[in-house]
Amino acid sequence: MSRRLLATDRPMRWASGWFKSRNRTIYTFLILGALLFPSIADVVTGGEGNHLVSTAADAGVFVLLAIGLNVVVGFAGLLDLGYAAFFAIGAYTYGMFASGQLLGSPLHHEFHVTFWVLLLAAMFVAACFGIILGAPTLRLRGDYLAIVTLGFGEIVPRVVQYLGPGSPIGNWTGGVNGIAAIDPPKLPFFLTGPWVGAPIEFVKNFDFTNQIAYPMDFYLLMLVLIAVCIVLATNLYNSRMGRAWMAVREDEVAAAASGVNTVAVKLLAFAIGASFAGFAGGFYGSKLSLVSADNFQFIVSVSILVMVVLGGMGNIPGVIVGALLIYTTQYFILPNLPYWSESFANAVGLGTLNQSHGDWVGLRDEVQRLNYLVYGLILVTIMVLRPQGLFPSRIREQELEKGTAEDSVFDLRAEDV
Amino acid sequence: MSATVAPEVILKLDHLTKRFGGLTAVNDVSFEINRGEIFSLIGPNGAGKTTLFNTVTGMYKATSGAITFEGREITGLKPYQIAGRGIGRTFQQIRLFSYMSAVDNVKVGEHHRMHAKLWDSLFKLPRARREEREVHARAMELLKFVGIEEQAHNYARNLPYGHQRRLEIARALAGNPRLLLLDEPAAGANPQEKGELMELVQRVRGQGITILLIEHDMKVVMGISERIFVLDYGEKIAEGKPQEVRTNPRVIEAYLGKSA
Repeated sequence: MSRRLLATDRPMRWASGWFKSRNRTIYTFLILGALLFPSIADVVTGGEGNHLVSTAADAGVFVLLAIGLNVVVGFAGLLDLGYAAFFAIGAYTYGMFASGQLLGSPLHHEFHVTFWVLLLAAMFVAACFGIILGAPTLRLRGDYLAIVTLGFGEIVPRVVQYLGPGSPIGNWTGGVNGIAAIDPPKLPFFLTGPWVGAPIEFVKNFDFTNQIAYPMDFYLLMLVLIAVCIVLATNLYNSRMGRAWMAVREDEVAAAASGVNTVAVKLLAFAIGASFAGFAGGFYGSKLSLVSADNFQFIVSVSILVMVVLGGMGNIPGVIVGALLIYTTQYFILPNLPYWSESFANAVGLGTLNQSHGDWVGLRDEVQRLNYLVYGLILVTIMVLRPQGLFPSRIREQELEKGTAEDSVFDLRAEDV
Repeated sequence: MSATVAPEVILKLDHLTKRFGGLTAVNDVSFEINRGEIFSLIGPNGAGKTTLFNTVTGMYKATSGAITFEGREITGLKPYQIAGRGIGRTFQQIRLFSYMSAVDNVKVGEHHRMHAKLWDSLFKLPRARREEREVHARAMELLKFVGIEEQAHNYARNLPYGHQRRLEIARALAGNPRLLLLDEPAAGANPQEKGELMELVQRVRGQGITILLIEHDMKVVMGISERIFVLDYGEKIAEGKPQEVRTNPRVIEAYLGKSA
């Protein structure tokens, strides 16, 4: 009897050890990559790496978003298809209170709240909207929730566009033009280093308008914010609340019978997910110094969901990798692909492909047209090869291996394994 | 709790009725369970035993009647509130959190007794850490109590059937219940396992926990219960000590058919 028990026990122990060390390996690579990236970017581009560093800071926003959506989708098992709405709410909260925007509103006063305060405020406002949306809808089961959040994701950008010049209650959001000239962060203290030709030290009253340091300072700030969010999300995962989320995901009835207030627990997951998005939105506004409703369309919600699913639902380092991968594909590889293919054609002596003949509009524009086809193919390929995501949580991995997931909303391969 | 002496009666059902449309699953059932006893609910399939459990634990809303636990009415409370009041339960069809380890399953049972606020958990404050350690230690203790501590780090779904039954009991015990509702804990078990499970039920009662048990196997029920309540078609047909129930003609009729 006891020998049999040991036999079943050992592989699991081993698996859990492997799982932990795998995550540690991913984190190690991520940290190394993040620290070396600016230098690598400089070397690769011959000293013109600033643009890449700036793009990387933007990618960091999506890493934050993926970590946040992972709380909702991965931990608590709630399908949220309108996550970009909370991102928008955070960004607009930041934009409205850190620019001249509200001068033209019925308040006739412009606000310039400091960075950290406003970042927390953006978080808080987004969380409140999460609760407002979640309270009536989280009583619904998975699929219905997905539809309600989908609607919310559509409504928010429209409302934001509507509340521009000429709306009956005044110009709050700048309408289709969005909010421009948003204040860059001014921090009580921050780090300088060789990248601005200074020694590594903390300086007081650091102003991000300093163009020499840009965009390294944003990049560093982003790393700090991501690190904080990883720690907080991991702590939650390992806490009382994390267990309650998983319990709700696994079996709501049993969770309730065990004393878990399932509605409150789901609402909290939703609110925390939303606050991560608000946080990311605040940073995004300050980095771009421009927010517009176009930045928060449905495709953004889908992209974030893809990052989470493709990276490995429920596993924080997994979704970070997913976020970086999808961001790189979507905002770097795909836009450049037409130009790359053009120069490639020239280089291999197929330059004629670049001229237009009749229906053929030239290789660059043809590739441009097929951009989303390429993107789709990449996604389909990855999901077919690794349906559980690149680095899934231990749980998802087993679920898909055994193919017996009960709530198969996400487990696309559940039937045919 | 206040200084009031705990009443002798721990659970009281007062003319409880549960209807689903035209079907009356539980019809005007009243009984009282005393603190510390093993009270069994028996009856043929479809007699309404599980419906009664679900109504007591708040999964179903009672159509009429009242449920009183430790002198306070719990009719209409939500399942998690009833669990918080001190009623634990297991399910006829095992409902564990499949992809959580056994010890985590038990810890979920302690959820409502924990005090860590969101803040404590987010920043892993000393208070939260201490509580986590305590909860872990207690969960391990409970696994030991039900005899499956060596399974602590395995997924619930990978446990053998008998161990899953035990894990469900451990999870229910984690909520510190004063009344435990066991819905056929020995269903599907072989006679030896059945014996072991009933021994476990006795030990749980030994901890001062009152037990309301649904069980099909008459031999098992007769051996373990202080009092037995017999349901048929949602109605009471008998109540009393095992001896009385065994010889009750209506019970014999319900179980063996009229001709017997």
